[in-house]
Amino acid sequence: MLAGGMAIAALLIYLSVMLIAAHVGRRRRGRIDHHTGMRFILWAGAIGPTILLLVLLLTALPMMRPIEAGARDLAIDVSGEQYWWRVRYRPPGGPAVDAANEIRLPAGRPVLFNLSSPDVLHSFWIPGLAGKMDMIPGRTNRLVIRATRPGRYRGACAEFCGRSHALMRFTVVVMEAQAFDRWLVKQAAPSPAALAQSDARALFRDYGCAGCHAIQPDAIGRRSIGPDLGHVGGRGSIAAGVLPNEEAAIAGFIRHPERTKPGIAMPSFDFMPEADARAIAAWLRSLE
Amino acid sequence: MSVDPQDDPAVRRAQADRLSAVWASPKGLFLRWTDTNNNRVGAWYVITAFAFFLFAGALALLMRAQLAMPDNDLVGPSTFNQLFTLHGSMMMFLFAVPMFEATAMLLLPQLLAARDLPFPRLSAFGYWSFLIGGVFVAGSIFFGAAPDGGWFMYPPLTTEPEQSGIGADIWMLGLSFIEVSSIAAAVELIVGVLKCRPPGMRLNLMPLYAWYILVVAVMILFAFPPLIAGDILFELERLLDWPFFDAARGGDPLLWQHLFWIFGHPEVYIVFLPSIAIFAMVVPTFAQRHMLGYAWIVLAAVGTGFLSFGLWVHHMFTTGLPGISLAFFSAASEAVAIPTAVQIFVFIATLWAGRVVWSTPLLYAAGSLAIFTLGGLTGVMVAIAPFDWQAHDSYFVVAHLHYVLIGGTVLPLIGGLYYYWPLLTRRKLSDRLGKIAFWLMFAGANIAFFPMHFSGLLGMPRRVYSYPEALGVGGLNLASTIGAYLFAAGMAVIVLDLVWPRSHPPVVRNLWNAGTLEWLAETDDTNWGVRSVPIVLSRYPLWDDPDFLRKVDEGRFYLPDAEEGKRETLVTSVIDAVPIQVLRLAGPSIIPLATAVALGGVFILTTFHLYLAATISGIVTLALILFWLWTGTGLQPEKPEKHVGLGLSLPLYISGSRSAGWWAMFITMMGDATAWASLVFGYFFYWTIHPVFPPAAAPGLAGPGVFWPMAAMALILAGWIGTIAARELYARGVVLAARLTLVAATLLSLAGGLASLAGPWLHGLDPARHVYPAIVWVLASWVSAHVAAGIIMQLYCLAGSFAGRLTPQYDGDLRNITVYQHFLALSAAITFPVIGLFPEVAR
Repeated sequence: MLAGGMAIAALLIYLSVMLIAAHVGRRRRGRIDHHTGMRFILWAGAIGPTILLLVLLLTALPMMRPIEAGARDLAIDVSGEQYWWRVRYRPPGGPAVDAANEIRLPAGRPVLFNLSSPDVLHSFWIPGLAGKMDMIPGRTNRLVIRATRPGRYRGACAEFCGRSHALMRFTVVVMEAQAFDRWLVKQAAPSPAALAQSDARALFRDYGCAGCHAIQPDAIGRRSIGPDLGHVGGRGSIAAGVLPNEEAAIAGFIRHPERTKPGIAMPSFDFMPEADARAIAAWLRSLE
Repeated sequence: MSVDPQDDPAVRRAQADRLSAVWASPKGLFLRWTDTNNNRVGAWYVITAFAFFLFAGALALLMRAQLAMPDNDLVGPSTFNQLFTLHGSMMMFLFAVPMFEATAMLLLPQLLAARDLPFPRLSAFGYWSFLIGGVFVAGSIFFGAAPDGGWFMYPPLTTEPEQSGIGADIWMLGLSFIEVSSIAAAVELIVGVLKCRPPGMRLNLMPLYAWYILVVAVMILFAFPPLIAGDILFELERLLDWPFFDAARGGDPLLWQHLFWIFGHPEVYIVFLPSIAIFAMVVPTFAQRHMLGYAWIVLAAVGTGFLSFGLWVHHMFTTGLPGISLAFFSAASEAVAIPTAVQIFVFIATLWAGRVVWSTPLLYAAGSLAIFTLGGLTGVMVAIAPFDWQAHDSYFVVAHLHYVLIGGTVLPLIGGLYYYWPLLTRRKLSDRLGKIAFWLMFAGANIAFFPMHFSGLLGMPRRVYSYPEALGVGGLNLASTIGAYLFAAGMAVIVLDLVWPRSHPPVVRNLWNAGTLEWLAETDDTNWGVRSVPIVLSRYPLWDDPDFLRKVDEGRFYLPDAEEGKRETLVTSVIDAVPIQVLRLAGPSIIPLATAVALGGVFILTTFHLYLAATISGIVTLALILFWLWTGTGLQPEKPEKHVGLGLSLPLYISGSRSAGWWAMFITMMGDATAWASLVFGYFFYWTIHPVFPPAAAPGLAGPGVFWPMAAMALILAGWIGTIAARELYARGVVLAARLTLVAATLLSLAGGLASLAGPWLHGLDPARHVYPAIVWVLASWVSAHVAAGIIMQLYCLAGSFAGRLTPQYDGDLRNITVYQHFLALSAAITFPVIGLFPEVAR
């Protein structure tokens, strides 16, 4: 609304300035005298803009007040890290839930984001829902968002953060509030596929993947180095919004992460047989 | 009526021959580079800055090729990041600011009917520094070693050597070198405007261009030092691991953002106002009337300069500021639109009240208006914090800043090129090619940058080397790419027009029928500028006095001759331009080039961690500077006074606050004090962000104590008083007592400088542990380094006194170093209570 109003006003002002300029440039006779010229400068240059800017400022000031969120609202800690997003849901009264690179929100409720970064500057931006807020080492910034319409929204890092800055994206899924509550309860528990013994689960452990990527129940209480993969099968994409959540893409990413994301911290597993990578990928996809 | 010797054509011819001989440029393959005259050096400067502009533009074309299609892989991210970093940095530091200084160097003496700027060798030094630093920074891309952190180089990405490599050092040290030369140029331009105006040209009669130059140079003087202070902290973190921006050890990345944008926002106006200044000359000429509302436009320019220092936080709206800051800086940012609007409507009103003569320069002015106004309106939009939260760091901002800079800097400069080319070369550029280029660039700029508003609002962040097809901005980006290449085609037409050989005869003098003094320049190769320095009593003397041109040409004003074979120009008083001195100017010299090479060595060798070689280079620089000062400044004239024409005799030497050298020292120290104040700001910034600052005592974290800082302050103040006493004694002719006092002052200063370091040293402050010891060390070292420079000055004066070049009559050096001592005393009187007493209060 603010943007639309400003755009229309800007267009009108622009057209009037151009019309005056064109008129001045075309005219052959009928020059204005000194007195009229000075009055024109006073009104068009000084008084007019002052009034317009004052109106704009008074309209905009109330919008600078942040939306309120209380202790009974959901809080989500998001940490921007080169080049992915660490997410922790802190529902009031419930257990904290770890996730990464995809954020789900309840429609109609205010949600408090606590934004931080352990490495370099990032900026948290969901263009369809809110303005951006920087993530600054040593500080925690607060941003409250109330999403109204269910749907999928794109998010991106908006502050240049290194080689793969362009590839630091995420997805926001706004759900109906009740559906969100049910989903969050499910997320708090380990995925059924992660509880069952399987070859792929052993491979994941033996290759050392679990050293960085937490998957409950194997990683309770440990802060993982890389993205939490406990429920990665339910996400729309992998590698921070860059690759589709498909078996081939995951397997390829495991073996050559550097090809997808230059400068990524994850070491490359090019020595891993394709079959093992595929098996791990298939297992990860089953972690709903 | 008595017979005027100027009536005799033979006398006039002999005078002109002598002037020609004195002002002749050195010739020959090597000697020509020793030239210091503003015409030649200014031309080199313009050409070099233009070449960097084309280079930086070519980098942008590579970026646009990469972004033409989604998920493109023409260049990888590491190249792309170097491309946009270098594009922005070069356009700002190697094109926009130097181009302002270059055009000012070329035009200002002409506009003021001065024979040259007051410090020609400083101009040449600035040029060579710019060339060396610029080639160093720009050339890094060919080795894949260019900086890649974005042109604002936000830490901690850029301060960690693992993340940023040598490119960050090249940026910091290479551009710091250029910033120093920018400040040198600013000092020279300020002194030029204030002290080298023609007799009678009071401040309110100055050409508008000179007003803008004064405003912009003052802005450079106060805007660049905070960045230099930031650069110092930045390099100390990179080279010595002092944690100014490392949150884990008490630092804060936001301090860099503050220091950068305290520089960065005025910078926007530093590159915009000089181009508007060109229009302030073009518009009256093509309206064929005086500028309407002279006072309005001067106040608007001063107001813009003033306000621009209060807006920097709007670049940080997304860093999580409290609401009150958002409201204040939104309002301040809106306010700056008002003086800008005044300037635009003054131009329109002047054309409206005049008789519009359409020409290529005026076409560029109209095009600039159309593009700049749109950029200004989106600027009003992004100044509103809630809108900025969306637009910030997105392509919307990229669109906004390019509209502002193309409309506010690039097109005006091209318009100015078509306007002033006949003044510089006696030839006119092609109107046809100029118009073709204009329409290509005008269309190109709009096709390239208008769609970016939408790409940004659709969610495309800036500084991305790639974007997904699903974002839906592929078509918009393709349009942007096409527009960018169209714009480049227009620029190619300009280059073609510039190099096209011309056979048609030279144009007439003042072919646009302008009213201001620069058009006095004769179209022959006359480096002297004006034939005689006129008395100026109106703003457009060429229009107001039909005889003016003839009288100047016949040498009927001041300094029509160069009897002693020396380069000379008039120095006048600051407000009323009463002539007070004939200033002898330096001629061709190799010293500026040699000094620039040596100083460049210090910065470049440090980049590669070759500290021993850098130190040697630094010693050579110091030796060259001393040689430069000793052989070329404060020279005693062969006679105290000289007859300058119209029955006026003026001294050849003046000292103290009326002299150009005193003003240069004073102005330089204003800039220096600003850098120091930025460091003190840093100290208190850390105090505000930490609940306990200074931190609780621990090994390496104790403060410098009270005793040593207070002792340092007392000793340095005693050295300051001693220097003042020496000056007073010297002026009264008590030479021996003055020398002894100066020796005592030097020793007191030395003791003070050492005591300053003794505090942090004896208390074992470890600057790599925490930001508190680091900032204390920086403040103490800053004062000590200034004491060291002060001691060199004191010894220089002592040596001058013994060598007979400093006498009670010719005591300019002693008076100038006293100005330095005033500022040193000020910094000591504040720094030491801050580091010594403040911790006692804060605890």
